[in-house]
Amino acid sequence: MTDKPADENPIIKKLRAWDGKMIAVTSEFRGELSLVLPPEQLARAAQCLRAAPGLQFDFLSDISAVDRFPIEPRFEVNYHLLSIPLRQTVRLRVWLPGQDPVVSTVVPVWPTANWHEREIFDLFGIRFDGHPDLHRILMPDDWEGYPLRKDYPVEGFRT
Amino acid sequence: MGVLDQRFEKNFMISSVDYVFNWARKSAIWPLTFGLACCAIEMIASTTARFDIARFGAEVFRPSPRQADLMIVAGTVTLKMGPVLKRVWEQMADPKWCISMGACSSVGGPFNAYSVLQGVDRIVPVDVYVVGCPPRPEGLFYALLKLQDKIEQMSLAKRPTEVRLQPEMVEQFKRGVMVAQTPSPR
Repeated sequence: MTDKPADENPIIKKLRAWDGKMIAVTSEFRGELSLVLPPEQLARAAQCLRAAPGLQFDFLSDISAVDRFPIEPRFEVNYHLLSIPLRQTVRLRVWLPGQDPVVSTVVPVWPTANWHEREIFDLFGIRFDGHPDLHRILMPDDWEGYPLRKDYPVEGFRT
Repeated sequence: MGVLDQRFEKNFMISSVDYVFNWARKSAIWPLTFGLACCAIEMIASTTARFDIARFGAEVFRPSPRQADLMIVAGTVTLKMGPVLKRVWEQMADPKWCISMGACSSVGGPFNAYSVLQGVDRIVPVDVYVVGCPPRPEGLFYALLKLQDKIEQMSLAKRPTEVRLQPEMVEQFKRGVMVAQTPSPR
C-alpha cells in the first residue's frame, strides 16, 4: 500500500475526539482521505459525520462495493461523502465477510442511500440491515444469484 | 339506366385477391417505434430527409402496437426487456412481421453476458435479419425490400406464420444472398 497514515488530519482528530475506538485504519492517498470502520460502528459514525460541527458531510455522493474473492474479508463497501458547506470529502470503508455479508443501513442519515444500497444488494448480495425497502432494483425480481460477484460467470447460468 | 349506364366497363381490373392484399400490405408497412439501443439512432436517421424511409412506404412509425404491423427490434435486448418485447409483439394484430436490426438483436452482438438475450429470435419469429453494428440506413432499406418480397409470397389460404416457416423460402433466400462473393477471386 502506498497510502500513508493520516492521523494528523483534522477530520480524524474530530472523530477520534468523539469516539476513540471508532476508526480502525486511516489512510491518505493524493489528498483523498479514507477511513476504515468496523461495520457495527457505521450507523453511529454516519450520524456524527453528518451533523457534527466541522464535519457536516451532508451529501452522500456514492456507495460502491468491491468483491475481493477469494480474499477474506471478501467484500468492501465504500461510502463517498462530500461536505457542501465546508468543501471537504472523505471515504468510509467497511470490510464484510463472504459468509452472510450484512451492514447497517445509512438511509436514515442520507436518504439517497436507498437506491444505492438496493443496487449493491442486487448485484453483490450484501444485505443492509434496517433498509426500508430492500429488493432488487436492476435485475428481474426472480433472478437467482448476484451477477457482479467474482464467482459468478460472466455469461451467467444458461440452460 | 340513367347516370350509371355504361360507366363501369373501362374501370375494372381483374386480379387475384392475394395479389391485391399483398400489394396493399407491402406498400404501406407501419413500423412500431421500438428503439432499444444505438441501432435506434440509425432507424431514426433512416426516417430523415437524407435517407427517407418514406420512399418505401414505411414512414408511419406508430407508438402503439395495435396500429403497427412491423416490429423493428433495433438494439440490445436484455433479459429484463425480453418479456416486455414478447408482450408488445403479441399485442400487434396479424398480419405482422419482425426485422431484427443489428448484431445485438440477432445474436447478442458483443454482449455475451448474463443479462443479454442471445438473439431475439428466441422469443419472437424474425423475418429478416440485418447485419451491422449498427447497420446503416441502406441496410435497413434492403431488409425492408426483402420483407416486401416476402410479403408478396403470402396467401390468404395460409397464415403468415406458415409462410414464414416454409423451408424452401430459407433456401431461396440463401441463394439470393451474395455476401462478399467476388466473381474472380484473386
